[in-house]
Amino acid sequence: MKNIRLIARLDIKGANLIKGVHFEGLRVVGDPQEYAKKYYFQGADELLYIDAVASLYGRSKLAQIVRNTAEDVFVPMTVGGGIRTVEDVHDLLQSGADKVAINTAAVRRPELISEVAKRFGSQCIVLSIEAKQQGPDHWEVYTDCGREKGGLDVSEWARRGVELGAGEILLTSIDKEGTRKGFDLSLTRTVTDVVKIPVIASGGMGNPQDVVNVVHKADADAVAMAYSLHYDRFTIGEIRAAAHEAKIKVRAFEKY
Amino acid sequence: MRNTEVAVINYGIGNLLSVRRGLECCGARVSVTSEPEQILLADRVVLPGVGAFADGMEGLKTSGLDKVVHELVKKGTPLLGICLGMQMLMDESEEFGLSKGLGLIPGRVIPVPVLTSEGNPLKVPHIGWNELVFPEGHYQWGNSLMEGIKPGDAVYFVHSYMALPDNPAHRIADCIYGGNFLAATITRDNVTGCQFHPEKSGEIGLKILSRFLND
Repeated sequence: MKNIRLIARLDIKGANLIKGVHFEGLRVVGDPQEYAKKYYFQGADELLYIDAVASLYGRSKLAQIVRNTAEDVFVPMTVGGGIRTVEDVHDLLQSGADKVAINTAAVRRPELISEVAKRFGSQCIVLSIEAKQQGPDHWEVYTDCGREKGGLDVSEWARRGVELGAGEILLTSIDKEGTRKGFDLSLTRTVTDVVKIPVIASGGMGNPQDVVNVVHKADADAVAMAYSLHYDRFTIGEIRAAAHEAKIKVRAFEKY
Repeated sequence: MRNTEVAVINYGIGNLLSVRRGLECCGARVSVTSEPEQILLADRVVLPGVGAFADGMEGLKTSGLDKVVHELVKKGTPLLGICLGMQMLMDESEEFGLSKGLGLIPGRVIPVPVLTSEGNPLKVPHIGWNELVFPEGHYQWGNSLMEGIKPGDAVYFVHSYMALPDNPAHRIADCIYGGNFLAATITRDNVTGCQFHPEKSGEIGLKILSRFLND
């Protein structure tokens, strides 16, 4: 079995690290680079940058933030928000990103997934799905950081994304996002049941047991964490220890 | 050795920012360059790379950099190939038909097995953090690029093909994926290659880059 990845998620607005609840009421947390560095030294397996408003306003400061982060962070970085073209992807990869996460532009024009996969490889493209529950076992895809209905069923879209060449799925529960009430296990299970590519569970992480649950009960390949880390409720080291304790395979990490 | 001059060969492929920063972080003075003179004058040379083998070799050849690499290896400059840069050190690759490599380490580049050692389907590319282990017949990493690294230390991989040196002695570190042993670090005289990305492998990766600079 492969290592379960512990990913620090940094949502960005302009030049700031922000955090909201259900993607709303966004509050400034601080300087993203400082937090990125902190999580790198805590042993994050990857970093995930999402520009929360990029798809709304078009241009983004993300490339510069990524470039600055690459100065002293030496783990893989996935970057998303406002990516519309293969050229946008190229620019972010040149800035030090290893993968890109695409949501809105892929919903509007699914071929973008194939174009990116063909040019840079499937390992480079993460399909970002923002899901909101509509009824029992039914989740709808949202775009523009939880603001717009995408008109697609989540598991259908996940399956389609794989066909188009996505290498990974970032699955964010809008209902759980920022609540610290635990990951949406049934949503995650619904997607891990229909795709073979890795699924990153995101939204709702409140304590280390939530990580254990989403891996054991919903088969997540990776977890993204934001609130708990930003507000120092837990360190990545504590989460890693709890996962290890629960017999979940995680990367061996010790400080040199 | 601080202020070691390192040339990172730029042949128009891939993201070189992280490689540059990783080396700088270890105290090197780095130039990302395609100038033969600059490459030949450097204390150390890094051959990076992502993408397809044939494209990489083509990129080197059109600018005459393949000859430059041979020249610097001949005069004893330590060379480190990373990912595709490591694969290009070999004689040839099976990726998209047979393509000729630099021939600095005898052997070929073959696909990562699509089955586990028990015959079950295995996901390729091999992506993510994986632990370094001793290949068969190796029991220590002293006096090599891996000096100071411990079996079980994890580094970051992204690849669909892998190097297979003819001489097992040229293979100094492996990783295990789906029960199969894949070459992670290979070496012959002043030529070394890493299949993983040291510049994306946290402090362990920086330690390896540091060792390369101080060798």
